Amino acid sequence: MTSAINRRQFLQLAGLGGVGVVFASALPGVVHAAGQDDFYFVQLSDTHWGFEGPPNPDAKGTLRKAVASVNALGEQPDFIVFTGDLTHTTDDPVERRRRMAEFKDIVGGLRVKNVRFMPGEHDASLDAGKAFREFFGATNYTFDHKGVHFIALDNVSDPRALIGDEQLAWLAADLRQQRADAPIVVLTHRPLFDLAPQWDWATRDGAKAVELLMPFRNVTVFYGHIHQEHHHMTGHIAHHAAKGLMFPLPAPGSQPNRAPLPWDPAQPYKGLGFRSVDAELKEAAYKITEYPVVKA
Amino acid sequence: MKLDKKLLRIAAGAATLALASLAGYVAAQPAQPKEKVIRIDAKRFDYTPGELTLKKGEAVILELTSRDVLMGFNLPDFNLRADMVPDKVTRVRFVPDKTGSFTFLCDVFCGSKHEEMNGRLTVIE
Repeated sequence: MTSAINRRQFLQLAGLGGVGVVFASALPGVVHAAGQDDFYFVQLSDTHWGFEGPPNPDAKGTLRKAVASVNALGEQPDFIVFTGDLTHTTDDPVERRRRMAEFKDIVGGLRVKNVRFMPGEHDASLDAGKAFREFFGATNYTFDHKGVHFIALDNVSDPRALIGDEQLAWLAADLRQQRADAPIVVLTHRPLFDLAPQWDWATRDGAKAVELLMPFRNVTVFYGHIHQEHHHMTGHIAHHAAKGLMFPLPAPGSQPNRAPLPWDPAQPYKGLGFRSVDAELKEAAYKITEYPVVKA
Repeated sequence: MKLDKKLLRIAAGAATLALASLAGYVAAQPAQPKEKVIRIDAKRFDYTPGELTLKKGEAVILELTSRDVLMGFNLPDFNLRADMVPDKVTRVRFVPDKTGSFTFLCDVFCGSKHEEMNGRLTVIE
């Protein structure tokens, strides 16, 4: 209880101090009744380590700044998740591994050591996840934390954006072990629904995963890929896309192509950031807070 | 009676002529109209051709292939997609049922400029 209040006090102070913390995504119906099982985690996504280009003149510094900002949180999260595209793609397997090693070294500076990694298509689609597994382990897995069942789904190791029948069977078997009212969080890279198929913002067999999840009353999906905050419901299942940490992308379908938004020298790091997710289990709800890369 | 025979000969002649004409028609025209074939080649990171113009309601056969790695041809507005496999031609029959300008894109991640690999279909009346 006390620690939860301290954390919120920190956020309020940070907001007043001009850090730019925006409580933009708090889910409706959340009641602040911090209990002993409440916790929060941080989601970072789409760091694209190795990218170089005008969309981010500080390509080599942004990730380090984000790590510093996470480390500066007054109360540290229980754990941290990276939802894919840790590195920017390269055809060279040696370079791919070099980027993964550098990424791992930088995020090794996080104060929180309980860190979960997921691949994006830039990490895993050209070698079916081989290099990713060498550095970060399995591409799909589950874990439980304070009563919440987390499922990391891999929809990128197959370059066709397929989860695949084998993994879907694995998901179905895992879900058979869960109660219908179990709090379940799915972590993945691509949207599991057809957000913008014209931009390849979809998972070809994502509907099969959603169908498997549908009987469960408390399911929330956190994903990346689209480099911007986005919220969508498929039935009672909420899907929350995170900002990226290299360059923002335009709103789905807002222009003919999905080119990165230009860097704004007047507002560096605009559109980039990470989020915290407060799990308040008495309401089986998740309060999301978005953060900029650096203080304004 | 003579008249009857003459009429009969005329009728027979007309029938022969009609059969000959029909035979000629059958030989010249296949059972179904021949559909236009359009070949689309993919290589990282573009399509050739990258722009297509088709007529609404006119069936075409798309012949899809890749010159290097596995690619995709996805035309979401028409719910049409196919893999583009190296050294293999995939034939897809397509009848555009609406006019407008539509994006087709690679939906198989193929490298650094995958996100830029798309083309444009224009369907006219």
